[in-house]
Amino acid sequence: MVFDANTPIYLQIMDDFKKRMIKGEWDATAKIASVRELAVDYGVNPNTIQRALSELEREGLVYSERTSGRYVSKDVQRMMQLKEDYANDALDHCIEVLQELNYDKDTMLAKMEERLKHE
Amino acid sequence: MSDIIVDVKGLSKHYGKHQVLKDVSFQCKGGEIIGLLGPNGSGKTTLIKIISGLITAYEGEVAICGERIGAASKNMVSYLPDEPPFAAWMKVKDVINLYLEMYADFDLERCLSMLKRFQIDASSRIKTMSKGTREKFTLAMVMARHARLLVLDEPIGGVDPAAREVILDMILHNYQSDQTLLIATHLIADIERIFDSVLFIKEGEIIVNGNVEELRSQTQKSMDELFKDKFRYHPF
Repeated sequence: MVFDANTPIYLQIMDDFKKRMIKGEWDATAKIASVRELAVDYGVNPNTIQRALSELEREGLVYSERTSGRYVSKDVQRMMQLKEDYANDALDHCIEVLQELNYDKDTMLAKMEERLKHE
Repeated sequence: MSDIIVDVKGLSKHYGKHQVLKDVSFQCKGGEIIGLLGPNGSGKTTLIKIISGLITAYEGEVAICGERIGAASKNMVSYLPDEPPFAAWMKVKDVINLYLEMYADFDLERCLSMLKRFQIDASSRIKTMSKGTREKFTLAMVMARHARLLVLDEPIGGVDPAAREVILDMILHNYQSDQTLLIATHLIADIERIFDSVLFIKEGEIIVNGNVEELRSQTQKSMDELFKDKFRYHPF
């Protein structure tokens, strides 16, 4: 993963973890790899991974079993909410950009349909 | 794990009239990976040599795990120097045997596993190794010891980008949470993602000392950029 080292890396890693959950790479109730494995994978300090996972625990996306490790939350609603939030953020950003180009609502919708046909 | 592994108070060192270190004070906590960042000639290597027990004449106090610098403290430190420390005629297996003899905390299995990953053969001669391979080899030897403190002086200097990645990967892979790593370098962009905290040293003084993520958050800069800011040369 390519990092922007101008902002805390643990935040960027949290985002990447969330993406993996949304995409289903990390399934609900799936066991998460160890801190060390993830640290080597991402090429970062283990404490950075630790912090990212702790924050996700606080957010209810990850839980730990004392002896066996960390797992993705089984709370399906929480996961759906995560996906919703992510989609909303993407759309909000898109709308912002189009507004800067002075597109009105109808033109935006028309554009969206046009691009979807392109796919 | 937050015991103090390196405790430096008011450290100063001069060579004749040249003041190499000026009243340096800092602490390194156990289990951390710390970057000692500074340009060539900033006092980095002198500081490292003092911590590793190779320079014993200085003013101030330096302790490793509570032990003042001496034979006992030296034993607790595994040091990777800038220049390869092994005689060119030696073969890999000669060095391994040497380390087995010299260090009670040398882990042969860990060493062989690292050499395998680096694809270094036991019968290779030091003098026929490329610089990159020599760096990897020395790193494997240093990290194979169960020392409380690992001090690495420019582990990725003068090595191609692909080899750098392999070396950094190996550092992360073998880093034990009960060990402390102090890494001195001026190649920051590649390595900053592995640091817990950094010390910037400029002309013998510590000018920045802090947790890397906090510094990123406060300054909105990478350590590489912050370094450039602090060490910018103004010729005019």
